[in-house]
Amino acid sequence: MKKVYAYPKSLKRAPFHYCPGCGHSIVHRLVCEVIDEMNLQDKTIGIPPPGCSVFAYNYFDVDMAESAHGRGAAVATGAKRAFPDAIVFTYQGDGDLAAIGTAETIHAANRGEQITTIFVNNAVYGMTGGQMAPTTLVGQKTTTTPYGRDESLDGAPIKMSEILALVKGTVYIERVAVNSPDNIRKAKKAIRKAFQTQIYKLGFSMVEILSPCPTNWKMSPIESWQWVDREMTKVFPLGVIKDTTEKKDAD
Amino acid sequence: MTGNSAIAEAAIRAGCQCYFGYPITPQNELTEYMAANLSRRKGCSFIQAESEISAINMVYGASVVGARAMTSSSSPGISLKQEGISYLAACELPAVIVNMSRGGPGLGSIVAAQSDYFQSTRGGGHGDYRTIVLAPSSVQELADLTHKAFDLSDKYKIPTLILGDGILGQMMEPVEFHYEAPAELLVRPDGLRGAKGRPSKIIKTFTSDPAQLEELNWSLFRRYELIKKQETACETFMVDDAKLIVVAFGIAARIARGAIKTVRAEGLKVGLMRPITLWPYPSEKIQELAKGVKQYLVFELNMGQMIEDVQLSLAGQGEVSFYGRPGGVIPTPSEVARVISRLYYQKGLK
Ligand SMILES: Cc1ncc(C[n+]2csc(CCOP(=O)(O)OP(=O)(O)O)c2C)c(N)n1
Repeated sequence: MKKVYAYPKSLKRAPFHYCPGCGHSIVHRLVCEVIDEMNLQDKTIGIPPPGCSVFAYNYFDVDMAESAHGRGAAVATGAKRAFPDAIVFTYQGDGDLAAIGTAETIHAANRGEQITTIFVNNAVYGMTGGQMAPTTLVGQKTTTTPYGRDESLDGAPIKMSEILALVKGTVYIERVAVNSPDNIRKAKKAIRKAFQTQIYKLGFSMVEILSPCPTNWKMSPIESWQWVDREMTKVFPLGVIKDTTEKKDAD
Repeated sequence: MTGNSAIAEAAIRAGCQCYFGYPITPQNELTEYMAANLSRRKGCSFIQAESEISAINMVYGASVVGARAMTSSSSPGISLKQEGISYLAACELPAVIVNMSRGGPGLGSIVAAQSDYFQSTRGGGHGDYRTIVLAPSSVQELADLTHKAFDLSDKYKIPTLILGDGILGQMMEPVEFHYEAPAELLVRPDGLRGAKGRPSKIIKTFTSDPAQLEELNWSLFRRYELIKKQETACETFMVDDAKLIVVAFGIAARIARGAIKTVRAEGLKVGLMRPITLWPYPSEKIQELAKGVKQYLVFELNMGQMIEDVQLSLAGQGEVSFYGRPGGVIPTPSEVARVISRLYYQKGLK
């Protein structure tokens, strides 16, 4: 009988600490599946952030080194420059990448660092209890925007993928979501391509993943998956944002 | 060769593989030397980072994979690196950090000062940790201590600071290098190089278990005790018959040495104690000196920071006076000589 579904080798058999309906665990699994399929487990170094995914190293069965909040791209840069044979990826939330770590991210991308960034956009600061993120939608209620995000005071949600697409060193950027089986399949394909971009040494690659956070959005898991489609994708449209890999396709 | 270039050359010869820095006066020659020379070496990497924060985190990344890595800056930039240094300390990762310190607080000035003593010797960032702090006082010593900094840092898995200042960094002196750069890149065996033939490894500091974090702190401090025992270093000058000892480090010690020669010519029995490691502090040496000498003058280019370590070391066994010039004002040896001789007479030592 053909095996069609199995536990990824590079995913440790530890129960996830994530809330029910949270996208992080799905993203973890997808990254691990890609690492397995591309046979990268023994050369990958992952850089997890402070954030809900701070314990990512308890799940990824690859070498991992924790980063300070927002500094993932700089840490990954140092690791990759010192050890170019490694496959280095950062795993970052939207507070981590789009607020405190903006400078590190833009400049690592601009230098065309050969690293891959998995950017989990859940429109809030999850770990610290649901405060406004740079990606919070206008009108969205969070603990620090109790009356809804006010564009005139807080600005509009920042679109890091589009910003990074303007930077020459970025080669592949795609925005995906993990709120439906179809989207999850596409997300995996994008993650695979991002790692392939690094293997081919083409430059900086990033996959932005719209990821539900039912706990902090104060929704049921199903409502939160619907909210990704209905609200988030209006501001953060899915699809390839930039691809200059010149048809060196991942597969 | 300038002090800044000497550090850079010594670092390359010590096998420094990665240098990441951000421009700030008075240490730019160091970054520029690395740009010209390190970047050309096989397997080595130089990046002009987008900020000091990025630079120290790049150093962290390079250290994670087992490479010898270094960054340099001056006071305001060193403040920005503190979070990163705290992470390095917590993760027990080696790294060499150079502070060619300048006058503060704030943007301050670009002239030499020693006002970062507290920041350097008390950890500097958040959390309970120390870094080894080396305080050279000549260009030759800058070179020698740079090499030593890499070795100590690797040996004890602790970030190591070289605390210089704008004068040391920019002055020109002849320097001899005692080492050739290694032919092969030095890779620490405990670096993360991928989980090939071994289980995957984690480098982290965060824990939800206070007992675990307490154990980390205990183990760090056990290592610190060992470093205190084995690596404390200082130099003394004309202390054997001294009635008054000047305690000064770095460039201030050089000025003090000149002043001591002047007052010695006038028949005053004055000596110098110069800590070479600011952490660990040579307290035992001071306690030993205090058996014979009761009068101390601490001279610093700040408002009085190292004086606290001298007082702690003496624990009441001697009397401590202070002469300090903050903000980048550098007194001449003759000014310091006047301060010494006034104190000498005031204390009835003549
Ligand atoms: C310097 C610093 N500032 C603040 C924090 C607190 N903090 C931890 S995670 C985080 C943001 C988490 O949000 P995000 O990056 O969106 O990730 P999520 O938890 O939503 O996955 C913050 C502010 C910190 N650890 N370090």
